[in-house]
Amino acid sequence: MQPTARRRVLPGFGLTLGLSWFYLGLIVLIPLSALFLKTFSLTWEQFWATVASPRVLAAYRLSFGAAFFAALVNTVFGLLVAWVLVRYRFPGRALVDALVDLPFALPTAVAGLTLTTLYSHNGWYGRYLEAWGIKVAFTPLGVGVALTFIGLPFVVRTVQPVLEELDADVEEAAATLGASPWRTFTHVLLPAVFPALLSGFTLAFARAIGEYGSVVFISGNMPLKTEIAPLLIITRLEQYDYAGATAIAGVMLLVSFALLLVVNLLQRWSHRRLEARPE
Amino acid sequence: MKTHHPPLTAPLLTVLLAALSVWTGCSKPAAAPSDAATLLNVSYDPTRELYADLNAAFARQWEAKTGTKPTIKQSHGGSGKQARAVIDGLDADVVTLALAYDIDMLHDKAQLLPADWQSRLPEHSAPYTSTIVFVVRKGNPQGIHDWEDLVRPGVSVITPNPKTSGGARWNYLAAWGHALRKSGGDEAQARQYITALFKNVPVLDSGARGATTTFAERELGDVLLAWENEAYLLTQEVGPERFEIITPSDSILAEPPVAIVDKNVDRKGTRALAEAYLRFLYTEEGQEIAAKHHYRPRSAQAAQKAGKSLAPVKLFTLEEVAGGWKQAQKQHFEDGGTFDQLYVPQAQ
Repeated sequence: MQPTARRRVLPGFGLTLGLSWFYLGLIVLIPLSALFLKTFSLTWEQFWATVASPRVLAAYRLSFGAAFFAALVNTVFGLLVAWVLVRYRFPGRALVDALVDLPFALPTAVAGLTLTTLYSHNGWYGRYLEAWGIKVAFTPLGVGVALTFIGLPFVVRTVQPVLEELDADVEEAAATLGASPWRTFTHVLLPAVFPALLSGFTLAFARAIGEYGSVVFISGNMPLKTEIAPLLIITRLEQYDYAGATAIAGVMLLVSFALLLVVNLLQRWSHRRLEARPE
Repeated sequence: MKTHHPPLTAPLLTVLLAALSVWTGCSKPAAAPSDAATLLNVSYDPTRELYADLNAAFARQWEAKTGTKPTIKQSHGGSGKQARAVIDGLDADVVTLALAYDIDMLHDKAQLLPADWQSRLPEHSAPYTSTIVFVVRKGNPQGIHDWEDLVRPGVSVITPNPKTSGGARWNYLAAWGHALRKSGGDEAQARQYITALFKNVPVLDSGARGATTTFAERELGDVLLAWENEAYLLTQEVGPERFEIITPSDSILAEPPVAIVDKNVDRKGTRALAEAYLRFLYTEEGQEIAAKHHYRPRSAQAAQKAGKSLAPVKLFTLEEVAGGWKQAQKQHFEDGGTFDQLYVPQAQ
């Protein structure tokens, strides 16, 4: 992505870039560097003892693992929901469209309480799942369920506009050339929506890593089993151990940032492949 | 505007300048003269209803005395979280929290009040007290009467996480204190008791209200450990036909303390009002309101007058069983403390 000074919609590349940096610095970089500064009050040994303790490692595994799982589920079903919303006209479509955004609007604690009520052993879902021997509330699976709930809108909302742009005649052309529906999907549709899908996945994943409110109710918070990393940050704060809390948070941040960077590069690359395809 | 500037620059700059001016405008401390009659009381979760009544009664009294009507604002949340908010600059005139440790931290971390804050008001700055009791399902199907029943195999106990909840720390220390006193001060036996107790805890909610929900709505557990005032609220609100309260033979004297935040009242000029407000909690009227809300008042007269017969229970103090909050926090609740040692291994 070379910025060019010739093609400009907004005025003055220098000015807009400067403003962007200023804004990002003010809103993101300065608060985050303050966080890292707090961590520096620890010695290396203290830092290491904090972030590499079995309990914290188990929490990292759960937070990142469950977030990844939830983002994957959302990618598959989000694509499906977006497809249905874009390609079909049916009664109640506006309602479904509005429902998609609901997890954004709901306070996370409300979401957590509601999900726990549904999935606990006497809840509407939990009752039947338990009969099959599947426990959701107070298990890692419950954490995944909560994170899936809060991440749902991201994929739908990122893929939807792309699908709307996509003309149906491309698919028709593929069909007339004898492609099977599956082949049309993998060769025509998927490449076109892939970058958007990846964005949606990333957003859902990033959002889920740091989620606290909806998870603490359904996880049961058992050490080494269902403690999420943000909960351990809170327990540190309860001990007024600000440095320890920021150490755990800092590692989460770095890992998240690395993952987001990888996904972004992947997106660039898939974008380029898309652009480079012979018309 | 210079003409060679593209047209978008002007609005962009305007927006930015407007944003900046709003932003700097907000950060100016606004000292209105009416501030002297406004108090912010930063409190913990279960005191919502209590202070709604206390504030109204105090406002009436203060207005009768001085002619100005004071405005008292409330803020509620987890005790530790509230203390951190005050440390980070929430402008509290008074704090009314769940444990002295949280107020100690206002001194240790930000010097907002003197180290000896607790000796400034009667009864180590705790105008009302409470204790830890058991809530069981109606009819007490498990036959739970005292602490020993909680560690029987097959009994499921609901209590929140002492690492994240102030109330849960009182629960833990009540159990610890009971075991310690029963064994004549043998720590090894107290540790055994805590180990057995937490073997029976299926989930650890992060706060007291969460634990109550788990017990009442999800119907998990046979017994809930709770503050006495919360237990009465639960049985009254959710219905006495579903739960009953069991008072154990002995329990801890829970003293939720109150304090003036010196640095803030001196800056705002609200010291006189804040002091009168906290003194009011000790008056007969204040004590009666506390009793009405199921706290144990310091005044026996008020307890009688409220017509509340809280079950007799032998109360021991935190100092007797853990040597004060700072020591209790260090020994039991910090990372690697007794709670971690006894609880984490069994989770593996």
